[in-house]
Amino acid sequence: MTGTSSAVTEEVRGRASVRAVAARTAGPGRAAAWARRAPLMPALVFMVVVTQLPFVATLVISFMDWNALYPDRRGFTGLTNYADVFGDADLRASVLTTVWLTAGVVLVSLVLGLGLALLLDRRFRGRGLVRTLLIAPFLVVPVASALLWKHALYNPEYGLFNGALTWLWQLFGSERPPQPDWITSMPLGAVGASLVWQWTPFMMLILLAGLQSRSTEAVEAARVDGANAWQVFRFLTLPHLRRYLELAALLGSVYVVQNFDAVFTLTSGGLGTANLPYTIYESFYKAHDYGRASAAGVVVVAGTIVVATLALRLVSTLLKEESS
Amino acid sequence: MSAVAAPGARRRRSASLWGLVAWAAALLFVAPIAWMVLTSLHSETDAATNPPSLGAGLTLDGYREFFGAATGAGPWPALVNSLTASLASTLLVLALAIPAAYTLSIRPVRKWSDVLFFFLSTKMLPAVAGLLPVYLVAQNLGLLDNVWLMVLLYTSMNLPIAVWMMRSFLAEIPVAILEAAAIDGAGLPAVFRRIVIPVSAPGIAATSLICFIFSWNEMLFARVLTGVRSVTAPVFLTSFVTSQGLFLAKVCAAAVVVSLPVLVAGFAAQDRLVQGLSLGAVK
Repeated sequence: MTGTSSAVTEEVRGRASVRAVAARTAGPGRAAAWARRAPLMPALVFMVVVTQLPFVATLVISFMDWNALYPDRRGFTGLTNYADVFGDADLRASVLTTVWLTAGVVLVSLVLGLGLALLLDRRFRGRGLVRTLLIAPFLVVPVASALLWKHALYNPEYGLFNGALTWLWQLFGSERPPQPDWITSMPLGAVGASLVWQWTPFMMLILLAGLQSRSTEAVEAARVDGANAWQVFRFLTLPHLRRYLELAALLGSVYVVQNFDAVFTLTSGGLGTANLPYTIYESFYKAHDYGRASAAGVVVVAGTIVVATLALRLVSTLLKEESS
Repeated sequence: MSAVAAPGARRRRSASLWGLVAWAAALLFVAPIAWMVLTSLHSETDAATNPPSLGAGLTLDGYREFFGAATGAGPWPALVNSLTASLASTLLVLALAIPAAYTLSIRPVRKWSDVLFFFLSTKMLPAVAGLLPVYLVAQNLGLLDNVWLMVLLYTSMNLPIAVWMMRSFLAEIPVAILEAAAIDGAGLPAVFRRIVIPVSAPGIAATSLICFIFSWNEMLFARVLTGVRSVTAPVFLTSFVTSQGLFLAKVCAAAVVVSLPVLVAGFAAQDRLVQGLSLGAVK
């Protein structure tokens, strides 16, 4: 919710001043321009106040020595917090964790979502019901889903996974089923699997919408010309789905990169699963080191701006397609 | 005759095969939820067995425990707080987003795409980076543990997405209708009341649904900024596990109850959900 994609806002600001000059010279046009803009203002002002001002505060605090546990020491320290942040191995590790977790979850759920969307695009009995069932994981409250995975599925003693293994092994007369401790043996995979389960339906819904907006005529024509299923998919369906795949990946990344609930609930950031949101939460909420948490926050924002600029450029091509 | 019919029959057989695959996938995806519901209906001893006890007797004890037969107030304040925060912020989002989207789509101001990008850019940056100043400001203003603070924050969280969604829905309104209204002398409020809102009602419904779901689900801000009086359902859910040890049936019952409003709303309006999630890109 915080921060600025500075390049974008700078551009807006620069052009706004040009426009202000133009309006002043134009005279009577000015009031009309403001009337035109008026319905936009409440939302714009709200967003600036609630998201940009806190970020400016974060920026200021990041240059301060401010730990709530030592109130006497408060003061400006320059770049100390930033040096700490970049020298902190835990934080560097959590950057890597965030990248892995986000990229992995988005890619896997995108591929699974594409497969499911292609299945649902066919006619079969009970298709509506299947879609309804597939949406469900996305609708379960994330914390509830994390609790479900941790306690009812992954638990090594009475979780469903190991219970199913016991049951299967007993079926073949074995008394010694494997009983892995899922979270301990593959912590990042365990967190990732629960997130893939949650986000695959989201990807599927967007891609299904894309498939259903495709014209059937081109597909029929290709079939008549003797194209096989793979060729239709590769040369017609996939190019048509491109913008939907991009939209799904973009929105999915926006939410998965900020994931807090699954990491907090499943592992409490242990075993190398602490991602950036969790690490910052810890240094602020548990260690009360405000200065350092803010510096980490600023670094995260700077990193995100780079990624976001690329993503926004991608969206802007979508908008150009729309207006042309 | 049979030679002509054969490809059709083969296609039908492969269609039913893909149907089976889809059904298998759906059952696999829904299995954890089915397991959660089943566990919530077991007694604590039946819930914690290995291998799983599918045939055990069903009981509502987990739900009775959750609703606090023993602990007094139970989850009601948390559920009411979540409902207040989600509904109020959804209304506020609509009040701000519809006029903004109108300006960005129907009467575009210059550089409208820059403004649109500004909205989206706020969504791309990690919420956690603004958490501390919000906490400090709230502390100084005495707004900590106040459900209305959550309303404001959830509004800022959902406003960008709502502006984007509403913009693409409003862009569908034929300009001719609006021009006709303007010629008839309708002012902006009348245009909104008579045309914009009725015509875009399905889009408004989709936007509201998505804002409601994201507000209801939010936990990071709620965890840091709410307390005794304003605790929301997701935070209540986590505190519930740590403070009382693990009672699997009770935890599952709690998870079912907290997820139920979103599940019901989502199932009831799944077409709108699809439309909303693709940001109105699909008609």
